[in-house]
Amino acid sequence: MVVVKSVTCPICGSLCDDIELTIENNEVVKVKNGCALCESKFLGYKGEHRIKTPLIRKDGKLMPVSLDEAIHKAAEILANANYPILYGWSSTSCEAQRIGVELAEEIGGVIDNTAVVCHGPSILSVQEVGIPTCTLGQIRHRADLIIYWGCDPWSAHPRHLERYTAFTEGRFEKSDWKGYIQKVKAAAGKKKIESAVRRGVVKRPKAQPMLQHELVNAPPPTLMKEGRKLIVVDARKSMTAEMADYFIQVEPNKDYEVMQAIRALIRDQELDVDKVGGVPVEYLEEVADAMVNCNFGVIFFGMGLTQTAGKFRNIEVAISLIRDLNKRTKFVIMPMRGHFNVTGANVVFTWQSGYPYGVDFSLGYPRYNPGETTCMDILLRGESDATLVIAADPGATFPRRAVEHMAKTPLIVIDPHMNATAMLGDVVIPSAFVGIESEGTAYRMDHVPLPLKKVVDPPKGLLSDEEILRRILEEVRAIKAKKMREAEAA
Amino acid sequence: MTELLIKNGFVFDPINGINGEKMDIAVKNGKIVKSVNERKAKVIDATGLTVMPGGVDIHTHIAGAEVNTGRLMRPEDHVKDVVRKTALTRSGVGYSVPSTFVTGYRYSKMGYTMIMNPSMPPLEAKHTHEELNDTPMLDKATYPLLGDWWFVLEYLRKGDLTECARYVAWMIATTKGYAIKIVNPGGLESWGFGRNVRTIDDQVPYFGITPRDIMCGLAKVNKMLNLPHTIHVHTNNLGLPGNYLTTLDTMRALESVATGDKPVAHITHLQFSSFAGNDWGTMRSGAEEITKYINAHNHLTFDMGQVIFTDTTTMTADGPFEFTLYELSGHKWVNSDVETETSGGIIPFHYKRNNAVNATQWSIALELALLVKDPWKMFLTTDHPNGGPFFAYPKIIAWLISKRARMATLKKCHKKAQKLSLLPSIKREFTLYDIAIVTRAGQAKALGLKDKGHLGVGADADIAIYDINPEKIDIAKKYKAVRRAFGSAAYTIKDGEIVVKDGEIVKHVDGRTIWLDVKTAEQVKVDEEMKRRFKEYWTVEYDNYPVFDHYVKVSCPLTIKADV
Ligand code: SF4
Ligand SMILES: [Zn+2]
Repeated sequence: MVVVKSVTCPICGSLCDDIELTIENNEVVKVKNGCALCESKFLGYKGEHRIKTPLIRKDGKLMPVSLDEAIHKAAEILANANYPILYGWSSTSCEAQRIGVELAEEIGGVIDNTAVVCHGPSILSVQEVGIPTCTLGQIRHRADLIIYWGCDPWSAHPRHLERYTAFTEGRFEKSDWKGYIQKVKAAAGKKKIESAVRRGVVKRPKAQPMLQHELVNAPPPTLMKEGRKLIVVDARKSMTAEMADYFIQVEPNKDYEVMQAIRALIRDQELDVDKVGGVPVEYLEEVADAMVNCNFGVIFFGMGLTQTAGKFRNIEVAISLIRDLNKRTKFVIMPMRGHFNVTGANVVFTWQSGYPYGVDFSLGYPRYNPGETTCMDILLRGESDATLVIAADPGATFPRRAVEHMAKTPLIVIDPHMNATAMLGDVVIPSAFVGIESEGTAYRMDHVPLPLKKVVDPPKGLLSDEEILRRILEEVRAIKAKKMREAEAA
Repeated sequence: MTELLIKNGFVFDPINGINGEKMDIAVKNGKIVKSVNERKAKVIDATGLTVMPGGVDIHTHIAGAEVNTGRLMRPEDHVKDVVRKTALTRSGVGYSVPSTFVTGYRYSKMGYTMIMNPSMPPLEAKHTHEELNDTPMLDKATYPLLGDWWFVLEYLRKGDLTECARYVAWMIATTKGYAIKIVNPGGLESWGFGRNVRTIDDQVPYFGITPRDIMCGLAKVNKMLNLPHTIHVHTNNLGLPGNYLTTLDTMRALESVATGDKPVAHITHLQFSSFAGNDWGTMRSGAEEITKYINAHNHLTFDMGQVIFTDTTTMTADGPFEFTLYELSGHKWVNSDVETETSGGIIPFHYKRNNAVNATQWSIALELALLVKDPWKMFLTTDHPNGGPFFAYPKIIAWLISKRARMATLKKCHKKAQKLSLLPSIKREFTLYDIAIVTRAGQAKALGLKDKGHLGVGADADIAIYDINPEKIDIAKKYKAVRRAFGSAAYTIKDGEIVVKDGEIVKHVDGRTIWLDVKTAEQVKVDEEMKRRFKEYWTVEYDNYPVFDHYVKVSCPLTIKADV
């Protein structure tokens, strides 16, 4: 039995790196410090959906084959394709992503990552107006106003609050929460913490969570309390909203208007309406005051902002709000990146090609034009003639028309699991779980790189994504060289 | 290994006092040797060509978190300069924030073989190294940002230089860095709450320390650790009118640390710190006052930070300065503060000839270069990409070697800048020997890189050959031909192998990452207490913080024995 400390959790963009795993007979038997998502992954990753052997579709059915055969077949498909797509990348290591870009360049294909369906609009906004941001520790040490907008960290990034924001303690921001949570944690399991936190919220002075119906009738609560304040803005009352000092329920798809209203208020403009996006203006005034009067504020935003009406405009106005605020006080903004290494995919693509996603190498140099060069654009236009999917499941998340085209053309899938995409695949190559069975690097949502550990051996015969890709790339080059020789001979 | 004989070139090797003599250079196993077997060796006929050590760049932002965010935010910069894949080279994009591969190729094509990446947030050091691994053709090293690191502030405040030195040593080795980088000392910590410091004697909020304490403290630490380079300083108030006074204060403050004639500090991109005037309307050059001081003292070196009239991307750890640029320009703006350590900012910027301030900046850098008498104190940079992209270096060379060249540019500048410029009164024209000093020899010397920047026996066989015949042409007159030659080396030789021929890459090499393994007699204690403190200061675990060996593709540690 060994205990491995400081393990990085390969699940969400919080990338907690303090996980302690107990390993017995090449199996994880105990998880310490992790959240429920983390625990279930480390204890359950071996589950029934694991692909055990490479598969190739023969006569309509996926049949087991040797790894060499699967790799050769995959390379053949890619080497012969005119306009292949390499998609996914958000749940694998930067090392694998690096080879991915090289492979895309070699075959003149398009490489794209899951940003196209989550934070693509955020990236476009950064390219338009920039972004005032920081690492998460800055927030822990300094932020006295924390706003989550269109996201629910309590469910999607469970330890975000406890490690980086509202319930942490920093050099300049003390918290009575930290000790409390740790005590409870030592004593009990997750459920208890949850309820304790909620009880705690109720006990906090002047920190009543406001519900939508109460909001309408009650006078605005003061946000001028001591210490850190937590505001949640969302279309629905999420778990995080329940813990907030202040919850603003915005009508669905009205974030843009609300954000613009706050911008106006910050510029000391009067609003001549009573409500914006369903929120009484007094409440927005309260929020605007809190923003201007804080020492260090932050807005975290999620898909509730990037994937609702307005998308790109929502983020642009959010960042513009932060730009304005910086003339009054210190304020930053950060996207809540979902997959543990979607940030890394953007980072690696950018340093190698100049562009973060949707990079098209078909002309021999990188091109980037979202709306034209992302895999979604290409699939919907039906232009690609082969797809490699790695560490993602577009079969389950993409629009039907895109999936149909993907299934119609040769499809290679590299994944530990038999997911929806793999079931459509023509070549399926099972891989080791990165961060559990193979090592690498991942970037936290704030761009801090962290090492992923290999804590157990993968099932026999399974390679890491990195290795599989390296072998495919070599094979592609061999096939191309052979073709060249044949062409010369003829 | 290959043997190489470079025959009959005009050799400029200032470290060995060789000034354009016709001679042969022999290479074996990647090093310069006395002689090789002429029949076995590959011979390069360098008759009529200029031979220099490979170029060394002391300050260029080419890798890491900040540079990459610069790339991310500038697709419009990339589309105007795309680079195709070839059988030998990777594709990419160029201009002001080139992709990593293109960075390596372009430097190599100019005859450069070593670059220093000056701005590495320790927490994100892995990122910097991953990018350096993907920057081929060059040896490289990188400076961790340490001037506002809480450990440094706390130990200096306590006056505990020894403990401070131990932690700095630990940090340099842990991040695989090369030198102590200080940016707007105290200002970056203040920026954590949106503030800044304005003089070198301002208090840093909550830390009870001043920029003066930080710079002098770290200069002393630098000495105690026997680091090969000096502290590398980006001054307070950078980029603001009247800041030459702060710069003079800074240089005077550092005098107290100096002993003998050895430099104790490098003031980087000095142009940005040499503004006189009270505001943007009255902004003018402070180069005369600054160079007067530098000529009278020997404890400093500096690099130019030349401005190029083009569209570029400014990026620096000086978050508050970039905020000022944002307020001035309203451009897209990135701010990126790093917990416990540093900050950062990025803004696209277009330097224009017909803008009085920009044109004055252009003039200031050249005035500094030309008014400082000793070329060993002064190095050619643009603070890439802050003053302009590095591929503009040949233009700067032309301005330095030719009064005619600089007057031609000055004539096209804003009238006010023309009137204020000191350039018309400066006659000095650099020789090729001077150019060899300010683009390689001097930089290598200031960096303490013993095997770089010269062609003596035992040196690394990093060599640049340019199509310039100093016997045939008057370089001041034919500055355009010289400019072309420096932009496209006839040969670049890296570790004894020909990697560039006629300005094209003919061989891909990875290049090494050089870093300092600083050994202190007593090392930092890594105990539970340290780990606890670590947890308090950062949001990552102590165990996950270091740049592990496998993050450096070709690792070249230099062991340094410290005095503490
Ligand atoms: S918050 Fe995210 S990274 Fe942290 S333990 Fe939970 S799932 Fe893992
Ligand atoms: Zn710089």
